[in-house]
Amino acid sequence: MHIIVLVKQVPDTSEVKINRETNTLIRDGVPSIINPYDRYAIEEALRLREKHGGKVTAVTMGPPQAAEALKEAVSLGADDVVLLSDRAFAGADTWATSYALSQGIRKIGDFDLVIAGKQAIDGDTAQVGPETADMLGIPFVAYIRKIERVEGKKMVAERLMDEGYDVVETSLPALITVVKEINEPRVPSLKGKMKAKSLKVTAWTAADIGSDENKIGLRGSPTQVVRIFPPTPRGQREILSGNVEEQVASLAKKLKEQSLI
Amino acid sequence: MDYLLTEEQIMIRDLARQIAVEKIVPVRAELDEQNKFPRDIMKAIAQADLYALFIPEEYGGLGKKSLELCITVEELSKACVGVATTYASSALGTYPILLYGSEEQKKKFLPDVATGKSLVAFGLTEANAGSDASGIQTTAKLEGNEYVLNGTKQWITNGGEAELYTIIAITDKSKGPRGASAFIVEKGTPGFTFGKKENKMGIRASSTTELIFNDCRIPKENLISKQGMGFIIAMKTLDSSRTGVGAMGVGVAQGAIDEAISFAKNRVQFGQPITSFQAIQHMFADMQTQTEAARSLVYSVARYIDSGAKDFSRASAMAKLFGTDVSMKVTTDAVQIMGGSGYMKEYPVEKMMRDAKILQIFEGANQIQRNVIALDMIREATRAK
Ligand SMILES: Cc1cc2nc3c(=O)[nH]c(=O)nc-3n(C[C@@H](O)[C@H](O)[C@H](O)COP(=O)(O)OP(=O)(O)OC[C@H]3O[C@@H](n4cnc5c(N)ncnc54)[C@H](O)[C@@H]3O)c2cc1C
Ligand SMILES: Cc1cc2nc3c(=O)[nH]c(=O)nc-3n(C[C@H](O)[C@H](O)[C@H](O)COP(=O)(O)OP(=O)(O)OC[C@H]3O[C@@H](n4cnc5c(N)ncnc54)[C@H](O)[C@@H]3O)c2cc1C
Repeated sequence: MHIIVLVKQVPDTSEVKINRETNTLIRDGVPSIINPYDRYAIEEALRLREKHGGKVTAVTMGPPQAAEALKEAVSLGADDVVLLSDRAFAGADTWATSYALSQGIRKIGDFDLVIAGKQAIDGDTAQVGPETADMLGIPFVAYIRKIERVEGKKMVAERLMDEGYDVVETSLPALITVVKEINEPRVPSLKGKMKAKSLKVTAWTAADIGSDENKIGLRGSPTQVVRIFPPTPRGQREILSGNVEEQVASLAKKLKEQSLI
Repeated sequence: MDYLLTEEQIMIRDLARQIAVEKIVPVRAELDEQNKFPRDIMKAIAQADLYALFIPEEYGGLGKKSLELCITVEELSKACVGVATTYASSALGTYPILLYGSEEQKKKFLPDVATGKSLVAFGLTEANAGSDASGIQTTAKLEGNEYVLNGTKQWITNGGEAELYTIIAITDKSKGPRGASAFIVEKGTPGFTFGKKENKMGIRASSTTELIFNDCRIPKENLISKQGMGFIIAMKTLDSSRTGVGAMGVGVAQGAIDEAISFAKNRVQFGQPITSFQAIQHMFADMQTQTEAARSLVYSVARYIDSGAKDFSRASAMAKLFGTDVSMKVTTDAVQIMGGSGYMKEYPVEKMMRDAKILQIFEGANQIQRNVIALDMIREATRAK
């Protein structure tokens, strides 16, 4: 089985700073990590490889330092990595990101499964998985919490829903996104870390993956971020307890205290 | 402090630290409370190649030495000495094979130790033979192509969990100190069973059981080295691994300091954080100074052993003695600094204090370490005359 994992490097902080002029993320100076959901994606790929044989390729689009995320993937056990890096990719929204990733995947060639995280903790849109699948013209299944089995060109998996889960069958190749319930990611191995340390990651440019310059980077991004603002905090809330009579009495008392009734 | 570790040693340290933080800290209280063997953590340690660390490259390992092992054990001990003991005892049990095993034995057993498939245990102690190991009564009798083992080992770490057991047994009582031999016994061998799991004060994640041999027949190829080498192998094994117990002391001491200081910074009494009291500051200063001194000694001794030295009995006894005495003092002081909170199970330091105690007792009680150190000093002084 050839499994491709989409790995995004994200800032290691929930306090994401934003460039007010371009309305994009300021990544300089912020320590970077692999998007936590992508660690589950890598783990699941490694488990599939351990079970069915084959290889795991980790792919990222990002600035040159995103190579670090790929090295981490290698330290965890990935066989191969692909870095898509070019100034022309800068400023990509989910559509342009997905386009670049899908072009990169096409260039990699034969694969059976693409695994991505449910969402990235910085951008948070959860769009890159489905958009990439669409551009590749392969089936997409979101929120996988368990891969039950892979049989030839068919996979059966469980999709997490608000209440319970669906059992889904899909043909392969397909693209899935995974949730944290799917596994417990491993720590790197020493041999993997040594391999990663000496690994030279070469980048594929926009030209290398034969991309249409109108579809990448800021120029290829239909989304315009007009304004960025923190959501207004919801006021103090309180959930009343007790039986209905008690709750009504307590509510009436509180409303009276506030001179609202 | 910078101990001039190599890039690779730092890599090993960071990896062990990651395991400690991600895999051990979240479950250590539960393992402790439920007396539960850390199977998942051992799997993570195996996957991370940390069992391969102390196995030579020609047998599937990474060929690292004492210092790397000490660094690893220290990091694991910062989080949980019970887990660290489980890991370190596998190294302890492997030393007889590493130091004295035949090429065939190494080829047969070490690759599985390196991958973590075989956990190992070391069986010397018996009910009537603790500090005085010469009092062991388990026997091994050669019958044709097999040795027949009879007797009971007591308080053996990894008992029941390990796949391989290196056992010291009497082969010829009349020969006294030359009457014992070392053997490899595989789990599942008929006549080899386990007694009850001990209910301990600390390191409760580690498994401690009796090993019961009742006409247990093992192939004679499982004799390590020659007949009569048992005590020499046992002593060399303990000399080699003891520094690691010192490293456990350093780890748990540092773990306790880290907990205590982050607590103390936020604990306000008399209108100020308790870290503003000089009495508390001085305790911290002493705790860290002692721990750093212990770390320096442990690393120095480990480097000395790794340099190929032969005469490291005294040095490793000192590292074990000092590192573990420091750990008892420092963990006790950490509880003191945290007051009633330190005494509660909501915080990890009461466990650290309970765990630290074993370090002064096993792998040669600290009184015995002092005996070893003093006797070696006296011997040297006599020779110098
Ligand atoms: C403040 C801000 C607002 C933004 N608003 C929008 C917006 O409204 N609309 C819009 O289209 N874009 C927006 N972006 C743009 C963009 O930077 C997205 O973050 C980026 O395209 C990826 O989307 P995501 O982070 O939401 O990833 P998600 O879709 O949440 O990621 C899901 C999975 O896709 C994979 N993946 C995502 N990115 C990569 C990558 N670069 N390389 C490899 N795998 C990857 C990973 O497996 C990841 O787990 C915004 C950016 C910022 C900083
Ligand atoms: C949790 C645990 C795990 C263990 N794991 C293993 C294992 O994996 N393998 C193994 O073989 N053994 C193991 N042991 C045994 C351990 O090594 C012994 O407990 C230790 O050697 C001390 O022996 P003892 O407990 O019989 O104490 P004793 O020898 O009875 O000593 C009691 C006290 O007398 C002191 N003392 C004894 N002799 C002298 C002397 N000559 N001079 C001064 N003081 C002296 C001791 O220091 C101690 O304070 C384990 C023990 C425990 C508790």
